[in-house]
Amino acid sequence: MAQREKQLGELPEPQGLSRSAVIIYCIVAVIALLGLADATYLTIAHLTGDDAVCGSLAGCSIVLGSSYASIKGIPTASFGAAAYFTVFSLTVLAAFGYPWVKRLLTLIIGLMLLTSLYLLYLQAFVLHAFCPFCLFSAALTFFLAGLLLAVPAAP
Amino acid sequence: MKRILPFLIIVVVGLITVGIATAVYRHKVHPANATAASASPPAVASATKDGADVDDGTRHVHGRLDAPVKLEIYGDFQCPSCAGASSVIGELEKEYGNRLCVIYYEFPLAMHKHSREAALAAEAAGLQGKFWEMHDALYQYQNVWSNATNVNIFFDTYAQTLGLDVARFRADRVSPMLLAQIQAQADAGAARGVENTPTLFVNGVQIRAAFSKESLKGMLDQALAAKKGS
Repeated sequence: MAQREKQLGELPEPQGLSRSAVIIYCIVAVIALLGLADATYLTIAHLTGDDAVCGSLAGCSIVLGSSYASIKGIPTASFGAAAYFTVFSLTVLAAFGYPWVKRLLTLIIGLMLLTSLYLLYLQAFVLHAFCPFCLFSAALTFFLAGLLLAVPAAP
Repeated sequence: MKRILPFLIIVVVGLITVGIATAVYRHKVHPANATAASASPPAVASATKDGADVDDGTRHVHGRLDAPVKLEIYGDFQCPSCAGASSVIGELEKEYGNRLCVIYYEFPLAMHKHSREAALAAEAAGLQGKFWEMHDALYQYQNVWSNATNVNIFFDTYAQTLGLDVARFRADRVSPMLLAQIQAQADAGAARGVENTPTLFVNGVQIRAAFSKESLKGMLDQALAAKKGS
């Protein structure tokens, strides 16, 4: 066994996961993909200056047109898209049994959770307006955090 | 194979995301340019509600033109002191009623990033008879839209709230004709000696005092007394 590990390189060998852990990781991956789609769409809308993205929702336009919608010219949503893609990638690795991934996944989802709370605070108390796309993303992040807690520890 | 498979999935999903995002981006950018270019300039005739008999018919008049006191304002929607002056003038209008006529001219300053877009939004609303409503909204929410990167999202929201035809509003606020109209008002102001905003004239005389309610009231009362005396 030790010889085989050496042959396969430096990455720790994938470990066998319980069936429930694999199912949870699959759900996490699907949610991360939904988040990726949401954040990518918002990024494109920001870059193209698309006014129609909010439809008839007045508050949405206020949020997406605010100074918080970009950081030094980079759309805030693009950071979300990068985060969701990272979560997706790490989850796929975790589902295939890579043991070193879960800690990193916990760290990133923790950061996303804090960012989502800050963005919710901005919407509620600074802008006094909400954007459904942003609320959807926050809900996905909360869900991701909850699911991560539900993953059983590796045997 | 099992070691490579997760990385393969990640790369494929990444490529698909980038591919779809690029396609959607291109799709959104190109038709948008075409629509903006084909937006036809709207008619001038309806630009003002009371302005038909004055100047070139593009200035905005609130109140009766035969009122004893005419208060003319050269304003910039992104200038904070204009917002302050506007709320004071709003109070004075209520107080003085028919005795006061307020006339607004666009004077967007180059130092403000979104002044021109805001002036265009107000003028575009004016084409649908809601210049003053948009004027009030722009000043009231000035600190909300001033720092925004895309102010037009805000202006469209205000237009919608005011019950305007938003599609027409969007087309109008990129109208070269309205831009020329704004420039003409600003040029005429500069010719009258306007350099900053807000610049106020009471019965044709430029006010140089502070724009507090008390000082403006003093000026209006003086102008009223002068009218009665004459």
